[in-house]
Amino acid sequence: MSYLEYAVKSTPSGVRKVLYMNWPLTLLLVSVACAGFLMLFSVAGGSWTPWAEPQMERFGLGLVVMFIIAVVPIWFWRNMSVVAYLSSIGLLILVELVGTVGMGAQRWIDLGFMRLQPSELMKVTLVMLLAAYYDWLPAHKTSKPLWVILPVLLILIPTLMVLRQPDLGTSILLLAAGGGLMFLAGVHWAYFAAVIAAGVGLVTTVFKSRGTDWQLLKDYQFRRIDTFLDPSTDPLGAGYHITQSKIALGSGGWNGRGFMQGTQSRLNFLPEKHTDFIFTTLAEEFGFVGGITLLILYGLILVFCMVTALSTKDRFSSLVTLGISLNFFLFFAVNMSMVMGLAPVVGVPLPMVSYGGSAMLVLMAAFGIVQSAHIHRPR
Amino acid sequence: MKQPKQKAPGPAYKRLPRRALILGGVQAVFIGGLAARMRFMQVDQADEYRLLAEENRVNIRLIPPSRGRIYDRNGQIIGQNSPSYRIVIVREDAGDINQVIAKLSELIPLTQDEIERAKSEMRRSAPFLPVTLADQVTWEDISKVAVNAPALPGVTPEVGMTRQYPRYEDFAHVVGYVGPVSDYDLSQIEDPEPVLRIPRFQIGKVGLEAKQEIKLRGKAGAKRVEVNATGRVMRELDRQEGEAGADLQLSVDADLQQYAQARLAGESAAAVVIDCENGDIRAISSAPSFDPNLFVRGISVADYRALTQDNYRPLANKTVQGTYPPGSTFKMITAMAALEAGVISPSSTVYCPGHLKVGSRRFHCWKRGGHGTVDLGLSLKRSCDVYYYDVALRVGIDKISDMARTFGLGVKHDIPMSAVAAGLAPNQEWKQRVHGEDWLVGDTANASIGQGFMLASPLQLAVMTARLATGRSVTPRLVRSANGIEQPSGAGEPLAVNRNNLEQVRKAMFSVSNDRRGTAYRSRIIAEDFRMAGKTGTSQVRNITKAERAAGVIRNEDLPWERRDHALFVSFAPYDNPKYAVAVVVEHGGGGSKAAAPVARDIMLQALYNGTPPLEAYPSADRERIKEQQKLLEGDRRPRARPGEKDRA
Repeated sequence: MSYLEYAVKSTPSGVRKVLYMNWPLTLLLVSVACAGFLMLFSVAGGSWTPWAEPQMERFGLGLVVMFIIAVVPIWFWRNMSVVAYLSSIGLLILVELVGTVGMGAQRWIDLGFMRLQPSELMKVTLVMLLAAYYDWLPAHKTSKPLWVILPVLLILIPTLMVLRQPDLGTSILLLAAGGGLMFLAGVHWAYFAAVIAAGVGLVTTVFKSRGTDWQLLKDYQFRRIDTFLDPSTDPLGAGYHITQSKIALGSGGWNGRGFMQGTQSRLNFLPEKHTDFIFTTLAEEFGFVGGITLLILYGLILVFCMVTALSTKDRFSSLVTLGISLNFFLFFAVNMSMVMGLAPVVGVPLPMVSYGGSAMLVLMAAFGIVQSAHIHRPR
Repeated sequence: MKQPKQKAPGPAYKRLPRRALILGGVQAVFIGGLAARMRFMQVDQADEYRLLAEENRVNIRLIPPSRGRIYDRNGQIIGQNSPSYRIVIVREDAGDINQVIAKLSELIPLTQDEIERAKSEMRRSAPFLPVTLADQVTWEDISKVAVNAPALPGVTPEVGMTRQYPRYEDFAHVVGYVGPVSDYDLSQIEDPEPVLRIPRFQIGKVGLEAKQEIKLRGKAGAKRVEVNATGRVMRELDRQEGEAGADLQLSVDADLQQYAQARLAGESAAAVVIDCENGDIRAISSAPSFDPNLFVRGISVADYRALTQDNYRPLANKTVQGTYPPGSTFKMITAMAALEAGVISPSSTVYCPGHLKVGSRRFHCWKRGGHGTVDLGLSLKRSCDVYYYDVALRVGIDKISDMARTFGLGVKHDIPMSAVAAGLAPNQEWKQRVHGEDWLVGDTANASIGQGFMLASPLQLAVMTARLATGRSVTPRLVRSANGIEQPSGAGEPLAVNRNNLEQVRKAMFSVSNDRRGTAYRSRIIAEDFRMAGKTGTSQVRNITKAERAAGVIRNEDLPWERRDHALFVSFAPYDNPKYAVAVVVEHGGGGSKAAAPVARDIMLQALYNGTPPLEAYPSADRERIKEQQKLLEGDRRPRARPGEKDRA
């Protein structure tokens, strides 16, 4: 019996597909989303509006989307990768033309019932395209320069477009996720070493030039970089938010101040408390115990994605699953580092918890692809 | 659907699980790092952050203490806190500010200035903070605003406390006034209390209010409130009440003070009444005066200019701040110095031909023809100058100066009023130190009759008189009790002078106002129990040239006001058992017997009878005139307008 025959035979069909889903992953997603509803309820001062209720509706919609995508065979999604990537690029161009300006950047297209953020979509479609590319590329060509330059271009085009919006956070995530995928696909170590060395060299040169005759950046540009890297140099401006965020987090202590008892968030000292800084509210009200629980839930999501990726023998399935889980990891890692004062403030929400429609929907769709890979995996 | 084209695992794919595990490992390490950081912040540093969160959340607001009240010796109110109404506006609730203010200014008078100030304050402060639109608003205006409240969103009447002086002019110089803390005030105080930074907090600016500021102010309370990030108060957590300022009771009798003030009206003058028994200041009035309430409210430029440009200097407190050559009222001191030094005896005589040649200069007696042969009694009674020139040259200035200090001249009396002057009782050392010149015998001659360098304030003259009357070192006392606690009495120890000598001087003073030829005979007291002893003084403020003296000294009435002589009178009564000492100075009033003595006598009688004296106390010739005067003064002392009824300017 050939491998293909074996693969087709063992794939479930019809309603039975649902039984073969990655259920632990589904349950983890639901628990994280529930934690999110709870926090949105709390930051609204004990009210389901204006955040918790719409968020629940969107999560419901997201679950439906995930199930639909999950039952569609994974090879269909592989074949759709190029189309998906190109449509995302198209949307990015569209947002440039007709997008709504929010928070000083052009990010959304207003669809009426929700605001679509094409850069969110891009994170998933980029991963899909790269996974499909390495699935198609014969293994021995993976590290050939020409075949390395092509995916680099595929990554850089959307990254630069997002950077133009300007949305530094998302463009860094795109770059990291794309790079990560190339690493998983088996591109030779030397390329990564070269890029990292070149990056470090460039940054060092720029900073070394400060205060010398051949200074590469203007003084004010350096000062802006200083504030970006260390907000405490500007305690009333950029530093204010991060300081308040750290106070909220630290004051939570071991058990937290109690549900809806966080003074920092209740008295509005926290900025963006329903979106980017929602983790601080959680950490303030539920303390170290609450924070670590969420972190463990996130970790388990990564673990179950890894299980899917390693249990399938299909290259596209593995790569796309790992790419999505990497994306997810980058999301929460950057967000948490930011609110703990470990990383500069870039607008990255906490996945599945922060209030926000398109990010949630796109994530659920992406996990739908992971589920599809799980159901349709060759055993 | 097309058959799936799935690739069998080949050698290249072997790398995938390895790299996936490497990446997973990196992720695990990162998550571990996040957990460690979280532990560090939430477990190790939790207390620090908890403290910071509390600091954020909790704000301490001061509760201003209520200022101590000021009473007179009989419990009449002199300084109190009365409610003052103001109109505040909250931007957040008002909506269209301009429209609301326009509506409001139709109801009550608002100046363009007030509107502009309120608007600029609103621009600077948070939208939920009340901003004062109009201060010191009348009750009628407040009612108008209250009735029209629905049409005026965000506008509310508020009640606060402000200082009020119900005795108006009478105590302006004694009590002074309060005003809002200024930047200058803050710069003068080392480490100012936080309560001083409360907007419009009132502190004493002059007089007792300033000198007893700490006692009167009390201690601020505090409340802890929870605030949000924009500073809005969410709720009060707890409060700690402050301590109200101490109530002060003055030794002054408000009715006597009022009488004295009314009696001095029309002159630039000062009068001080001291209780001989314990040094209590029963009255201390300086005329003309001003309404201290004007300053509390913030005096208008026009009013202030009127006060500063007045020749009679209403703002100056002449009782303690004004120093005058004591003139003949100083003669008791010269006499005491000579008697104590043994240079003269009460019966030794000097011949007065009308002048005395001292060195190359001729010193004149006020009486051109001279007094003939005078002894101590006669010299005081007739106020002979030559007697004192002669005696003083024999005693020397230093002993006279020491005696002056013994009787409270040339020393600063410690009473809580502004700008208390030390006066001047000069000696040789002083002139050398200050002027760098030797003391001349002519200086001694001048000093002997209270002219030249000699300077004394009305308060000092009253103290001197009280000490002459009692032989004790009476010290003035202005504050009788603070919060019911009696302050030390000013009765004083017996003076180190011979009783007999003092008795001789007192006897001479008695004759001044009771002997038919005494200079103050016309201002005597008839009432047997209340007979008064005194001494007139007329101090020159100009030099009389030789030519003028030859042509006849110009009469005071013919001189411009500011060149006329100061009129002084000091007295004590009853003679047998002294109760009060009174000193009166009438600036440029002319002769002491004419301008000052009657005033002192009237005030003395008012004090002795504790109210309007019977006409029988006066010499029979004066009674008709006194009756008229009493009626007139009674009219002057009618009740004054009540606070709040004055129209807003």
